[in-house]
Amino acid sequence: MSEPEGPPAEDNGGLPARLGEQRLTASVVQTGMFGAEGTGDTSGYGRLQVRKPPPLSSEPPYGGYFDAVAQALGNALEPAGLGFSDAIERVVVEYGEITFHVRRERLVEVADKLLHDPALRFEIFSGVSGVHYPDEAGRELRAVYHLLSITHNRRIRLEVGAPDADPHIPSLTGVYPASNWHERETWDFFGIVFDGHPALTRIEMPDDWRGHPQRKDYPLGGIPVEYRGTKVPPPDERRSYT
Amino acid sequence: MGIEEKLPSGVLLTSVEKLAGWARARSVWPATFGLACCAIELMQTGGPRHDLARFGMEKTGATPRQADLMIVAGRVSQKMAPVLRQIYDQMPEPKWVISMGVCASSGGMFNNYAIVQGVDHIVPVDIYLPGCPPRPEMLMDSILKLHDKIMNMKLGPDRDQQITELEQARLDMLPLHVTAGIDDSGSEL
Amino acid sequence: MTPHATPGATDADADATEGRVYNVAGQDWDEVIADVRDLSGSEQVVVNMGPQHPSTHGVLRLILTLEGETVTEARASIGYLHTGIEKNIEYRTWTQGTTFITRADYLMPFFNEAAYCLSAERLLGIEDKIPERAQIMRVLLLELNRISSHLGGIGPFGFELGATTIFLQGVRLRENILDLFELITGLRMNHGFFRPGGVAQDMPAGGLEAIRDFLREAPRLVHDFRTLVDANPIFIARTKGIAYLDLQACMALGVTGPMLRAAGLPWDLRKSQPCLGYESYEFDVPTVDTCDTYGRYLVRMEEIEQSLRIVEQAVDRLADRTAPNDPWMIQDKKIGWPARLSLGPDGLGPSPEHIAHIMGQSMEALIHHFKLVTEGFRVPAGQAYVPIESPKGELGCHVVSDGGTRPYRAHLRDPSFHHMQAISVLCEGGLLADVIPAIASIDPVLGGVDR
Repeated sequence: MSEPEGPPAEDNGGLPARLGEQRLTASVVQTGMFGAEGTGDTSGYGRLQVRKPPPLSSEPPYGGYFDAVAQALGNALEPAGLGFSDAIERVVVEYGEITFHVRRERLVEVADKLLHDPALRFEIFSGVSGVHYPDEAGRELRAVYHLLSITHNRRIRLEVGAPDADPHIPSLTGVYPASNWHERETWDFFGIVFDGHPALTRIEMPDDWRGHPQRKDYPLGGIPVEYRGTKVPPPDERRSYT
Repeated sequence: MGIEEKLPSGVLLTSVEKLAGWARARSVWPATFGLACCAIELMQTGGPRHDLARFGMEKTGATPRQADLMIVAGRVSQKMAPVLRQIYDQMPEPKWVISMGVCASSGGMFNNYAIVQGVDHIVPVDIYLPGCPPRPEMLMDSILKLHDKIMNMKLGPDRDQQITELEQARLDMLPLHVTAGIDDSGSEL
Repeated sequence: MTPHATPGATDADADATEGRVYNVAGQDWDEVIADVRDLSGSEQVVVNMGPQHPSTHGVLRLILTLEGETVTEARASIGYLHTGIEKNIEYRTWTQGTTFITRADYLMPFFNEAAYCLSAERLLGIEDKIPERAQIMRVLLLELNRISSHLGGIGPFGFELGATTIFLQGVRLRENILDLFELITGLRMNHGFFRPGGVAQDMPAGGLEAIRDFLREAPRLVHDFRTLVDANPIFIARTKGIAYLDLQACMALGVTGPMLRAAGLPWDLRKSQPCLGYESYEFDVPTVDTCDTYGRYLVRMEEIEQSLRIVEQAVDRLADRTAPNDPWMIQDKKIGWPARLSLGPDGLGPSPEHIAHIMGQSMEALIHHFKLVTEGFRVPAGQAYVPIESPKGELGCHVVSDGGTRPYRAHLRDPSFHHMQAISVLCEGGLLADVIPAIASIDPVLGGVDR
């Protein structure tokens, strides 16, 4: 498990009370339950504080072909002077799928090795999509890449993070030409600027559209629907208790 | 054959309006604005089972200059809206619009930033056809209703009067919440 | 400047003959073209094959730079059908997301649903708890959808070439399959039938007989269709050698599906990374190595015949399952959709047995029903991507959950979107009239491209 930041555990034998303090330093992501606030909250959960769990990270051995891929990637990166941990922040293996969290500066090199190294040979670029996590400061925007190797019949996922303040990620069009439109779409919907893309323009929205629609701070944009005399608000403005 | 034998003394009396309406209704050429899923049902309606050719409508005026009827089949996105209006403008009078499917009629299930909530924001619609997607039989029913409407269309100054009357009827129509007997203040779900 | 073919050649050598001689040595095509362009002063015309066009297979806008009849540049502009499906799903429960995702690629609605449901089931961890009956029904409907999608691609293909008979025959065959869909799911298209956990309803009475009737007729109908098209000299002239995309180009562009199989590589996710029990069905993966439009058409027609084989096997399996109460939805009460429908005197509605059960017999069932319908089930946090072999290529739904009852992000990786990038490669250098078969051979569905 990766170490979360926090006060150094005092040396009193690792008693449970002290272990909990490390968790207390994580930021609060949710207060209360059921969405009701103020005096409307009679649930008794009003003062509940849910803290952000530490980021997932898996330790080798990962199982299946994941170890072979990680090993081969490490071997491929070495001659270039890059260590595995230099390029890959962490590895997450869950639900039978492996995700390499790649540092954005090293993305192009990692992709190049993934494509050309004979032990890796991830020829097919499946797609990039973005995810926006407004709560994770410093890594709000993520670009998720899916790669497929026909030669070895394997699949992996790469995830690259970028902060809202500096949403730049290097473009993979030089390595995988098929990433062209996917990166345009991710720019269109999330505002992630892919440096080195030959023509990063809007692809789905009209060319003069303002804003990046699939970000979490962009409203759904619906209108209230009138039916038999009453109005139903659009889905993003309705009350929700979950 | 049919009608000639039934004519009293071999003369058929009609009005110019009825004749024009009959002629217009019998050979409507659709400018199929097939966009999404409804376009597939439109395609199936043109197929051998539900045969759109029985109305003379299988010849789709792919160019709007030769089309009479624009069947907006599918969801109209914000990017497509100016194109829709341009095609509508390029059609010569008389022209009619069927908005096929709920997405064209009201935005459908997509109540969001990307879809125009009803194609009547952009073009005047004659027949609204609900369904997601409407069955070919429903589309043919809407076409028959449109034929009805076309046959009853008047010409010349009568047409202007007809338009004025229709508009007044629309303006006089009470808002839904009054006809439903529900007070509008604060009654939100 | 004149490109020199061999080292040491001079301009004098090049100008020796009458007229301008271009020695093309390799890797210098751009220079030659630039030279020719400057010299001949020919005009290039930019033509817009706009979003509303009978031959562009949907609301696709093509901007073609033509020189005479040759296309020198082809650009595709998409987004005219962008619906915001992915963002809409974020405001709905996981089960409701099915009805949205089904309308992305509207010619293969079951595949969209399957991709989404498989990814959701992987996050839920119930992949091996899906009832066998549900899996067989899913495979049955998916393969029928494969047939109807291929016909829905080849029919308009003929229409765009100007052959309306091919269109009408394709539509006619599709009607039979849409009848089956209506019998089983209640809708001809955009069925919200696959749910995370299983399928929405059981096979209706008479369903298996109807499918068997169709299977009896289908080989003859498909054979008639192929007799019309396969050896048709006009069709062959318009499709043979057109839109060449060999294996190397396919790999560079990440192309999967019939286009890849027409380039000679027998890659099919149903064989290499099977799910839904595909490994237990017998079928072949048709492959052709001509890499052109005609090859892709042949691959699609062969796939139709293979799909008929799979449908027959699925029907046999369903017929063998005679145990009563064979579940079609996962038995886990916290996930499986609780409602049961039945045909009553006033139409299809909640079955009286189910109402009696939740209102009179079990408080627990009532609570489950209420919570599942209003709030939905909670899916553990994480992300999953389960791709399947759709008629157009590799289709997958990248699903991210934050542990709640709504998808945090659901992105459909649509093969049509991915393959549209290849339009420039397919069209440039060819004639304007070849653009149409080129695009039709990708078989894009703009709903999936734009989502």
